[in-house]
Amino acid sequence: MHAAIAAPDIDPRVREVVPGQLHMELLAPGVHCGGCVSRIERALQAEPAVVHARVNLSTRRVSVDWRDAEAKADDIVAVVEGLGFETQPVTEQAAADAIEAREGKRLLRSMAVAGFAAGNVMLLSVSVWSGAADATRVLFHWLSATIAVPAVVYAGQPFFRSAAGALKARRMNMDVPVSLAVLLAVALSLAQTVRGAADAYFDAAVTLLFFLLVGRYLDHMMRQRARSSVTQLLSLNAAAATVVADDGSRHLVAIERVVPGMLVAVPAGERVPVDGTVATGDSEVDRSLVTGESRPEPVGAGDPVHAGTMNLGGPLQVRVTATGADTLLADVVRMMEAAEQGKARYVRIADRMARLYAPAVHILAGLTFAGWAVTTGGDLYAALMAAIAVLIITCPCALGLAVPAAQIVASGVLFRRGILVKDGAGLEKLAAVDTVLFDKTGTLTLGRPVLVEPVAIGTEQLGLAAGLARESRHPLSRAVVQAARGRGVPTLPVDHVHETAGQGLQGLSPDGELVRLGSRAWCGAAEADRRSAHTGLELCLRVGAREPVTLRFEDRLRPGAADTVAALRRRGMAVEILSGDRPAAVEAAAHEAGIGRWAAAQAPADKLARIEALQAQGRRVLMVGDGINDAPALAACHASMAPSSASDIGCTAADFVFTGDSLSAVVDAVDMARATSRIVRQNFALAIAYNAVAVPLAMLGLVTPLIAAVAMSSSSLIVTGNALRLRLKRFGDRGRTTPADAASSADAARARNAA
Amino acid sequence: MTNLLLLIPCALFLGALGLAAFLWSLNSGQYDDLDGAAERILHEEDEEERD
Repeated sequence: MHAAIAAPDIDPRVREVVPGQLHMELLAPGVHCGGCVSRIERALQAEPAVVHARVNLSTRRVSVDWRDAEAKADDIVAVVEGLGFETQPVTEQAAADAIEAREGKRLLRSMAVAGFAAGNVMLLSVSVWSGAADATRVLFHWLSATIAVPAVVYAGQPFFRSAAGALKARRMNMDVPVSLAVLLAVALSLAQTVRGAADAYFDAAVTLLFFLLVGRYLDHMMRQRARSSVTQLLSLNAAAATVVADDGSRHLVAIERVVPGMLVAVPAGERVPVDGTVATGDSEVDRSLVTGESRPEPVGAGDPVHAGTMNLGGPLQVRVTATGADTLLADVVRMMEAAEQGKARYVRIADRMARLYAPAVHILAGLTFAGWAVTTGGDLYAALMAAIAVLIITCPCALGLAVPAAQIVASGVLFRRGILVKDGAGLEKLAAVDTVLFDKTGTLTLGRPVLVEPVAIGTEQLGLAAGLARESRHPLSRAVVQAARGRGVPTLPVDHVHETAGQGLQGLSPDGELVRLGSRAWCGAAEADRRSAHTGLELCLRVGAREPVTLRFEDRLRPGAADTVAALRRRGMAVEILSGDRPAAVEAAAHEAGIGRWAAAQAPADKLARIEALQAQGRRVLMVGDGINDAPALAACHASMAPSSASDIGCTAADFVFTGDSLSAVVDAVDMARATSRIVRQNFALAIAYNAVAVPLAMLGLVTPLIAAVAMSSSSLIVTGNALRLRLKRFGDRGRTTPADAASSADAARARNAA
Repeated sequence: MTNLLLLIPCALFLGALGLAAFLWSLNSGQYDDLDGAAERILHEEDEEERD
């Protein structure tokens, strides 16, 4: 039967570069400083099998080369994890990243070539402008030509390709007038050089390319930085499953190779990687990422579980029932795709400008040509000169920088505040938002239990509980440890700790008393009263023969939730909750956060319907959500945001991802998006004002190469300088997060995902 | 005029040298980890690397 599998012949994480030598890339999200880098590198280099090891701090990747015969991939992983760094294999993402990185390098190379050419041609041009004449001038023009022509052919390719693509699709983008201006300027200058005439525009063509490539590279860098940050957040747990073979042996198998009928082992504290039914084991599962339900549910043999469900209690073995297109996740993806297709394609502001701008430029150049042809009585050469001067001067140098410069500065500022911007269009869209929809579990709330009762728990009791709990990965145990740490209670050493899956922990206190932490039955306490049955999140603690204490936990609102809602209201936005959780839980959260309008028990389709209804009223909706069930809504909205603790698919669907616990990130992002949109508008106004002055001069034929060069460079610099003002933006001090806080809570979120 | 014939090739050569150096460093991965490069300078050299 196909459920029986042999040991996988090739480890999916590993690639053979040289015969006998293997290469592996690992993502280690915990790497955050130079110290981590050198610790990992030293530890790996100390291994005899390792040939080469290097840690990239920017992408948080460890790349290792080792001799095949001497070590296995798991040994290498064990070395890194032994230092306390969690790792994730990098597999399918790597290919996409490599393409992206190649694209970036090509832009950088083009930029270098254009910069070299611009510098040298300008050197020659300045000599011409300051009076080089006759043979010297001709020589300088020829030299300029030999530098500029190959440089334009090489460095202009990103623009030429994009322009050709747009024209083929019968669209207009900014690259069409750019390409036309550059090519015509070079052609005209060549003609001038051959004729030995006074003016050549080689410098204008290459400087133009250089400035535009700077803008293009900034844009690219921003997207790549956001992408790699998001990759770091995606927990790749679901990329592999531990398959139990018929003989009882266990193998890590890539998720694509798991087929229905296989048996998959899911240890406590890990997410179920597949859709299936429980074969053996009794446990509790947390479905909050899948359905929004905040209360853990008990499962036993025969119960269905979905991919993305967290196993809280004992180990489970799950019989796979569906893979690929049949899973719940695939349904959600289909809904997302349908939602995206239904949504009108967003046209970026620069492209909207191009639609107005490109025809205007071409008409002006045409008019200039016609005007000159008539007034000079048919001197077509002079007319062409003037028309090309118009094209060069109107070339959207500043416009090409106006948007990317502002957006990269804005995303840099947000990045330092722990908010990742996936793409510049997200900033444009967010600025226009007037309605905010929140998911509840994991978005308005932290999505993890916090100890709420008893408030006045004894220091010794909490210390003992924490001493026991630190040995366990159960979310409630973690909540106990966090509560002890948060209240400054020292953890007491507990010996002989033993965990019974689904029941609890026991150990010996320093006084030699038996300490138990777990279910009521485990501690011999009375049955649950009605109130604790309400949330179901509780633990009992029994020290020796004393009366057991019940610890109650709740999924609390994120810090700053109520302030955030109020701040959004002050900015004129309507706020609602759309949750998949029970009405009682949603109502309580809505009341606490000060949100009047809420809907509970919402399936993904219900969320979509609400968004469509709002959008039909002309509202621009921001969805903030984290779960798999939120993904279609995130995709359908005008703009979307997810916390870094969100499901992978939620992180992928959202335009923004925020790290850290505080919800004030939503307000910060909105403020920054609005400020960016103001700066972009100013930049456009500046660029248009510059054209209003320069174009009439060009039409009259008064623009010399010197004027063109000065005007273009200065307008680019002014636009960039204006964009830098965004760095000065002050945020309200609502729940200020420092980068360190953001990083540590991002780690916590990852730990939650990975656990 | 004659000094130009010497100086211009010199200027272009030096410029091209700079460009070539940049392209080489780009291709050899010197810009792949800018954050890491800033930190590495603070590390003590490893024993293995010193010899």
